[in-house]
Amino acid sequence: MKNLVILGAGSAGTMMANHLSKRFRKNDWTITVVDIHGKHYYQPGFLFLPFGIYGEEDCFKSKTNYLPKSVQYIQTGIVEIKANDRKVVLVGGKNLNYDILIIATGARIAPEEVEGMKGTEWHKSVFDFYTFEGAKNLRNKLRDWEGGKLVVHITEMPIKCPVAPLEFAFLADWHFQKKGMRDKVEIKYVTPMDGAFTKPKAASKLGHFLEDKNINLVPDFAIAKVDNENKKIISWDNKEVDFDLLVTVPTNMGDDVIMRSGLGDDLNFVPTNKHTLQSEEYEDIFVIGDATNVPTSKAGSVAHFEAEILTDNILRYIDGEPLLESFDGHANCFVETGFNKAMLIDFNYETEPLQGVFPFKGIGPMKLLEENRVNHWAKLGFRWVYWNMLMKGKKILFITPQMQLAGKELPTKELEEEKFVAV
Amino acid sequence: MEATLANEKIEVNEQGYLLDMDQWHEGIARAIAAEEGIELTNRHFEVVNFLRKEQKNGTSLSIRKIGKSGVVDIKEFYELFPEGPLKKASRIAGIAKPASCI
Ligand SMILES: Cc1cc2nc3c(=O)[nH]c(=O)nc-3n(C[C@H](O)[C@H](O)[C@H](O)COP(=O)(O)OP(=O)(O)OC[C@H]3O[C@@H](n4cnc5c(N)ncnc54)[C@H](O)[C@@H]3O)c2cc1C
Repeated sequence: MKNLVILGAGSAGTMMANHLSKRFRKNDWTITVVDIHGKHYYQPGFLFLPFGIYGEEDCFKSKTNYLPKSVQYIQTGIVEIKANDRKVVLVGGKNLNYDILIIATGARIAPEEVEGMKGTEWHKSVFDFYTFEGAKNLRNKLRDWEGGKLVVHITEMPIKCPVAPLEFAFLADWHFQKKGMRDKVEIKYVTPMDGAFTKPKAASKLGHFLEDKNINLVPDFAIAKVDNENKKIISWDNKEVDFDLLVTVPTNMGDDVIMRSGLGDDLNFVPTNKHTLQSEEYEDIFVIGDATNVPTSKAGSVAHFEAEILTDNILRYIDGEPLLESFDGHANCFVETGFNKAMLIDFNYETEPLQGVFPFKGIGPMKLLEENRVNHWAKLGFRWVYWNMLMKGKKILFITPQMQLAGKELPTKELEEEKFVAV
Repeated sequence: MEATLANEKIEVNEQGYLLDMDQWHEGIARAIAAEEGIELTNRHFEVVNFLRKEQKNGTSLSIRKIGKSGVVDIKEFYELFPEGPLKKASRIAGIAKPASCI
């Protein structure tokens, strides 16, 4: 019997366990999955929880319900990966030997990276919404907040679901309008990048949204510290933005186990071949989802496309065949714009988000880079798709792991110049 | 697109970044820096040369990485290249504009 060990049973680890348990011959391989948490959080729900669009119970399910019966599940912390010895050390001192390792430990927020961020105002007037706790505490705060200066802020890139902070700002605008207090709230969107959208096509199509919704953009803001006493954020070049309520996306990093194991870059992301998903350093280690350093969005949809390709590659690796270099960075995200509307964007390493329809050329029904109601219902429907299709390793008809150009309006030469690197 | 920098014709993109980092020399750096309103000192060149070395190694650059490099801390990086130091320093170093977002 050989051992395949999957570290992390979030979106990516769960999908891999399901794919592989279907494809492996039972008597040859044992699959073991390790995760510290019993709850599988549906992280896209954290965007809706603060506004009461989702309740707490809409944001998680039990991990074991989504893992196949044939895999061994160990609920404990992972201390270290000893790659040279092909083993994983668990909390409590137990060792797991592996023949193949899949790292799917995701990314976490690291507010401690910025001076004062996790200070006296943390979860009082400074909130994140990238954790269940953060989103829940923010909902409680918003329930009786009387208005003032709301600052929606990104600390540094890359972050998971890079459009989520913008969606938060759009939903906040809608939320306060519904509550009849929009005139009491000033919304600022503070980003380290030079705009809310920096890819040419997206910028030209979407730039007006901020203005229309009366959200003030503060670009090129690289935060140095949070001043808890005076309630302001200060940049390295001494620009200041005052807040009454700061909703920040802290630095995103890979889990500390990656650092402890000496397998990560400066943000604890694992250097990974961007087309095959094999670790750059160890041929028996594969990496998927938010844990990789591949230059595309950190998103559940990406993990889904990766999972199909990685499954094939693991079987090829076992058979001694060359790996397929077929992952193209395909990402596919809905962007909630408020008022029951959303946009859809679809892109990969090479092609920036374009206008058009999806997934059927000439038909849609979803529209790329344009807001409509179908997109919004599709985004809410994504939760059902997530639990019932993606996590169970079922293929979604008509949506392929590789990005398709059919249905997209191809740009003119000059727009093509600026190659897509990372969202 | 072609630009004239230090009396030479150099291929640049629309935003004025060199297309070929091997066409770079100190004179070109000074010419670009002048357009950005910066007068280059030895300290600037230490940073610029570090960026070029990293780029050659294929590392993608970020403010964080530069801050932890031991070459310059973030505070000083901002003092040397005010407002958008990574963008400006990359342009002066003759390398591509750092990766951004949608
Ligand atoms: C607010 C928000 C909105 C989002 N919206 C969308 C969206 O609309 N669409 C979309 O596609 N994506 C969205 N995403 C992104 C998506 O949730 C992630 O990209 C996806 O969950 C990544 O899956 P993963 O398996 O790599 O990581 P995760 O799902 O985070 O799983 C990692 C797992 O590893 C475990 N783990 C880590 N370290 C250890 C350790 N040392 N010991 C034991 N266990 C460990 C964790 O407990 C966790 O269960 C959103 C994310 C956020 C935060």
